[in-house]
Amino acid sequence: MILSVRDLKVSFRTHDGPVRAIDGVSFDLKESEILGVVGESGSGKTVSLLAVMGLITDPNATIEGSIRYKGRELVGLPPRELRRLRGNEIAMIFQDPMTALTPVYTIGWQIAEQIRAHRGLSKSKAMERVEQLLAEVNFPNPHEAMSRYPHQLSGGMRQRAVIAMALSCDPALLVADEPTTALDVTVQAGILDLVRKLRAKHKSAVVFITHDMGVVSELADRVMVMYAGRVVERGTRTELFSDPRHPYTRALLGSIPPLTGQKPRRLPAIPGSPPSLLRLPQGCAFGPRCPARYEPCETGKPGLGASAHAAACFRVAQA
Amino acid sequence: MFYAILRRFGQMLFVMFGISVIVFLIFFATPGADPAARIAGRNASPEVLAAVRHSFGFDQPLYVQYTRMMEKIFVTGDLTSFVNRGWKVVPAVMDSIPVTLSLVFGAAILWVVVSIIIGIVAAATRDSWLDKLLMALGLLGISMPVYWLGEVMNLMTQSRYHDSWAFSWVPPLGYKNFSDDPKGWFLTLVIPWITLAILYIGIYGRVLRAAIIESMQEDYIRTARAKGLSETRILFRHALRTSLIAFVTLFGLDFGALVGGSALLTEVVFGLHGIGKLTYDALQNLDLPMIMATVMYASMFVVIANAVVDFVYILLDPRLSAS
Repeated sequence: MILSVRDLKVSFRTHDGPVRAIDGVSFDLKESEILGVVGESGSGKTVSLLAVMGLITDPNATIEGSIRYKGRELVGLPPRELRRLRGNEIAMIFQDPMTALTPVYTIGWQIAEQIRAHRGLSKSKAMERVEQLLAEVNFPNPHEAMSRYPHQLSGGMRQRAVIAMALSCDPALLVADEPTTALDVTVQAGILDLVRKLRAKHKSAVVFITHDMGVVSELADRVMVMYAGRVVERGTRTELFSDPRHPYTRALLGSIPPLTGQKPRRLPAIPGSPPSLLRLPQGCAFGPRCPARYEPCETGKPGLGASAHAAACFRVAQA
Repeated sequence: MFYAILRRFGQMLFVMFGISVIVFLIFFATPGADPAARIAGRNASPEVLAAVRHSFGFDQPLYVQYTRMMEKIFVTGDLTSFVNRGWKVVPAVMDSIPVTLSLVFGAAILWVVVSIIIGIVAAATRDSWLDKLLMALGLLGISMPVYWLGEVMNLMTQSRYHDSWAFSWVPPLGYKNFSDDPKGWFLTLVIPWITLAILYIGIYGRVLRAAIIESMQEDYIRTARAKGLSETRILFRHALRTSLIAFVTLFGLDFGALVGGSALLTEVVFGLHGIGKLTYDALQNLDLPMIMATVMYASMFVVIANAVVDFVYILLDPRLSAS
C-alpha cells in the first residue's frame, strides 16, 4: 500500500465560524494504481490532497486523522521531514499550468532545482536529466526547451514541463489536481496519454482529481466521488460506471450527453447548488437536491460502509 | 540590443528637449512673466527696462533666445547668470553635482540595503510582533519631515551631545571634497545620509513587505513548496525576485528626483551646496539661465534613471524583454 488515508478531517477557522472542509475521508492507494477523485468545485477534492502533500499552510487550518505513506504517518511529521518526501517521493501537478511555474526562471532551471534539492547531482548532470525528462514528456526539441521561460511556451507545453518536473525524482505517488481542466480538448487527450504512459514506465501511483467524468472513465482504475467534504461513493471504474449507487453519482453520470442513440432535448441537471460548508443540512448533505430523498435523510448522515464498492446513502444500505 | 539602447537614447534627448522648451516658455512667454521687469527691479523706468531688455537679448524673437541659451549651455558652456552677471552657470552646476551625488548615492545605498532587509524580515515573520514593530517604525520614519529630522539630528550631533562619546566624531556642517579628504567626506555625510534614508527606508520596507506577501500567495509558490524546497529558498529565489519589480520602479522615480534636486531640504539643513540648493536660490532670484541649467541637468538624471530602471526590469523579469 502506497497511501492509506483514514478518517481525514480538515477544518478552517473563519470569520463566520469553523468550517469543516473535509469530514472523515478514507481511502487507500496501491502501487501504480490510478485513483480518480470526482466532485464539484468546493467538494473538498483539492483540500484533501493538499493535506496529503502537507501543503495546507493556512494557520487557521487543523488537520485530524491519519495519512500513512508507505506505512509512515504524515500527519504531524516535522516540516523538514515532510519536505524530504515532497517533490521526491510524492509529487504534485497543479490545475493551471499558466501560473504554476515561476515566471522569471527557465523551465530547465526550475526542473533542475527540484532534482538538485533531493539528489546531490552536479549542475550539468541535473541538466542532462532535465533534457531526458523533457524528451520523455514529448517536447519536440528538449535541449532548446530547457532555456525557455514559461511565458514562451503554450499551455499544453507548460503542463508537460510541470509533469516533467513532477516526475523528475521518480515519485512513488503522483497527485494530479485537475491537470487537464485549463487545456484544450486535443491537448487534454495528449496529457492523459502521457499520464498513462508514465504510470506504466515509472510505476507511480496516481491520484487524479477532476470534475470531468469522461476523464475518469478513460483513466482511473478506481473512483472516489466526493460531495461537501465527504466521500459519497467509491468503487472500481467498471462498478461505478455500470452500477452507480449513490443518487449523486447517478445524477453526475446522467448529465453526460450520450454518444449513441437519441439525443435528449435537454440534459438532466442536478437541481440546486452545493451547500455552503458553513450551513450544512442536518442530515445527508445531498438531501436537499436528492430525488430519492425520504425520512431518514433529514436527520442522520449516511455512512459509507466497509465494502469495496460502497455508497453513503440510506437507500443503498436498505436495499 | 544596440538598437534598443540607441532608441532609448533618442527618446531621452526628445524628452529633455521637450522639458527645456516648456521651462523656457514658462519664464519667457507666460503673460506677465517679463524677465526684464524682474531683473530691472520694482520701480524701473521704461528707459531702464528697455536697456535691460536689449542688454539681455529679450528683444529678440523667442526661438532665437531659446537657441542661444541652449547653445550656451551645451556647446560653449559660457552661459552667465542674469542676476550675478559674469557668474558662469555651467561650472556652478558642475561644482554642485558631486555634493548632491555624494548625498543621494550614499543615502540610496543605505535605504536599499536596510529596506530590503526590513521588507524580507517583516514578510517572513508576517503578523508577528517583529513584523508589527518594523512596520510601526517604518510608518514613524515616513511621518517625520526631513527638515525637522535633520534639525533634530543637528541639535543632537552638533550641539547637545556633540561632546559625548557617541557624536564627538561628527565634523561641523558643510561638504568636504572626496579627492581632498576622503575621511572627512565620509564623516560629514554620515548624518545627512541617515536623515535622508530614513523616510525611504520606511516607504521601501513597507512596499517590499507587501509585494513579497502578495507573491507568496501565487500559484508558483505552491509549486515551489510541492517541489520540496525550503521556505528560505522559496522566499529568496521565488518570491523576492518577482517582488523587486515594484521596488525598482519606485527607486527609479525617487532616485532620479533626488539627484535632480529634491534633496533640497536635506541639503539646506546640513549646509551642503548641492543642486537642490542651487535651484532653490536661482528660483528665488528668477535667475533664468541657472534655472534652465539645473532643470536640464535634473531632467537628464530623471530620464537616465528611468532608462536604467527599464533595463533592470528586463533583468528581473524575462517576460518584459519580449515586448
